[in-house]
Amino acid sequence: MFTLSSRTAIVLGSFMFVTATQVTAQVSPSLGEAISEADLAAWDISIETNGDGLPDGSGTVTQGRSVFEAQCMACHGAEGAGQPHDRLVGGHGTLDSMQQIRTVGSFWPYASTIFDYIRRAMPFNTPQTLSDNDVYAVTAYILYLNDIIEADDVMNARTLRRVEMPNADGFVLAYPQRTDK
Amino acid sequence: MSKRDKQTADLEFVAGNGLIHRRMFLTQGAAMAGSLGLLSATPSHAEPLEIPPWMKAPGSHMSAYGQRSRYEDSVQRVVGGTPGVVGSGVSFTPIEKLHGTITPNSLHFERHHSGVPDIDPDGHQLLLHGLVDRPLVFSMDALMRYPTVTRIQFLECSGNSGTNLGPQAQQAPAGVLHGLMSCSEWTGVPLSILLEEAGVRRGANWVLAEGADAAGMSRSIPLEKMMDDAIIALYQNGERLRPENGYPMRLFLPGYEGNMSVKWLRRLKVNREPTMTRDETSHYTDVMLGGKALILTFPMGVKSLITSPSTGLNLTEPGRYEITGIAWSGAGKIARVEVSADGGNTWAEAALTEPVLSKSFTRFRMAWQWDGGPAVLMSRAIDESGSVQPTREALTREFGERRNYHNNGIQVWSVAARTGEVTNVYA
Repeated sequence: MFTLSSRTAIVLGSFMFVTATQVTAQVSPSLGEAISEADLAAWDISIETNGDGLPDGSGTVTQGRSVFEAQCMACHGAEGAGQPHDRLVGGHGTLDSMQQIRTVGSFWPYASTIFDYIRRAMPFNTPQTLSDNDVYAVTAYILYLNDIIEADDVMNARTLRRVEMPNADGFVLAYPQRTDK
Repeated sequence: MSKRDKQTADLEFVAGNGLIHRRMFLTQGAAMAGSLGLLSATPSHAEPLEIPPWMKAPGSHMSAYGQRSRYEDSVQRVVGGTPGVVGSGVSFTPIEKLHGTITPNSLHFERHHSGVPDIDPDGHQLLLHGLVDRPLVFSMDALMRYPTVTRIQFLECSGNSGTNLGPQAQQAPAGVLHGLMSCSEWTGVPLSILLEEAGVRRGANWVLAEGADAAGMSRSIPLEKMMDDAIIALYQNGERLRPENGYPMRLFLPGYEGNMSVKWLRRLKVNREPTMTRDETSHYTDVMLGGKALILTFPMGVKSLITSPSTGLNLTEPGRYEITGIAWSGAGKIARVEVSADGGNTWAEAALTEPVLSKSFTRFRMAWQWDGGPAVLMSRAIDESGSVQPTREALTREFGERRNYHNNGIQVWSVAARTGEVTNVYA
């Protein structure tokens, strides 16, 4: 894994890479404009696997069901059963078969990804329109449908980061090098 | 001895079923130029020559933006998609109808996760933040003033050739089987310059790249790759990027699976760990036999493909043909390409068209005397790291037939006796 021991190393490293890639002027014209964390917050929508980036707010399974039925069910089917688009529920035990069913429950390794993806990309035709509370609620409902949380669990920045997904150990890292066959 | 037999007797065969030594090919190359260019021993008689109408009147006026000949209109991307989802899906480059190594911009393959955004460059900005000393915003005008690099390199969707992972070989043009790949001259700003300007902090290992499309397409890239040869691409084959290729700017990661070269790039966040976005966990991972999935599979493997003959480009009669195709590797340059006409029993080294560039398409050619009998054509690439393109069978042993991505298995074309019909087969 690439690690950086000091600022000096970064600068030297960059210089060497830049030289190797035939740039004529190695010195940046330094035209980037400074921006504060507060002013960039609206764009900083990604959620890390440890939960960093999860916003304030919360949602329940019951709230999630009503948001899901209004916003998601037309594409993902009642209770996330799929059709016309991706199935979200079930498929456990199918990965080692020709009838692989990759769902949030059977395949996704991190709960943080559910919040991240719904907020950035769903509903497909109106992304980034759900409130953070609604995203927490739909996340809770999908986790509940997959028997990962209980019906009365509440999802928020504190609880979602503790959710362990059933297939969390189902992956083998190919980078930086393949460690397992 | 017939005239054709005499011609055949002069040839220096180097492998079974009619493959001809590339020395012969090189010395006779001009005469045999053109894929499927048949050299008939007894040319048919030409009609008397007449003056064509386009020599008898002036042609059309200059044009501000050129178009190809209307007689080439049939050369099109094959547009696939997810039914009912506007803009999500793929379109395939018709590789069997192109030659050389550069893909015309209008025919570069597409993969969109939620359509092609219509971005006004004056309203587009790039944010660079996270584990940096100075979070920065770059306008388009600012980025256009940065030093650039220019390289000719391929881009391949990791789902390319996925059709050949299915249990039955499908009959489709080479472009539909393998056309989620293209090769262009890319010009852009090295990421290392921008990262240095922002000041990467200790502990940083990854950079999340995010697009400004409706999917907010996002992937985690190793910082090591970003500092090595990653660029923010602004130009494609000399002109600004096409909208479907990320206008006004895209990330370009030489040799890495296509979707990581995030289009319509709007944000880079420097992180300790990979973010594990939906498109690097749920998608673009490969479940192996046993049920575990390979994740963070970045470089595209060494690969080659005969584009002619191929499905739909049938042989017309026995005689001399040029077998041609392309080879590439995410690990560097192509070292050599071998061709077989007898199903892999014997192989001969193909001629490579210069220049042979790193992480780029390399065109290969092989002269072939088809005797009208059955033939099984294959190509096998070896890259400068020594990696050898595997057979489909070898990949299947590891992944079964369930893999979705990173199929770099050998393509096998069967040529039928007498009819010369070419079909896609698995062995």
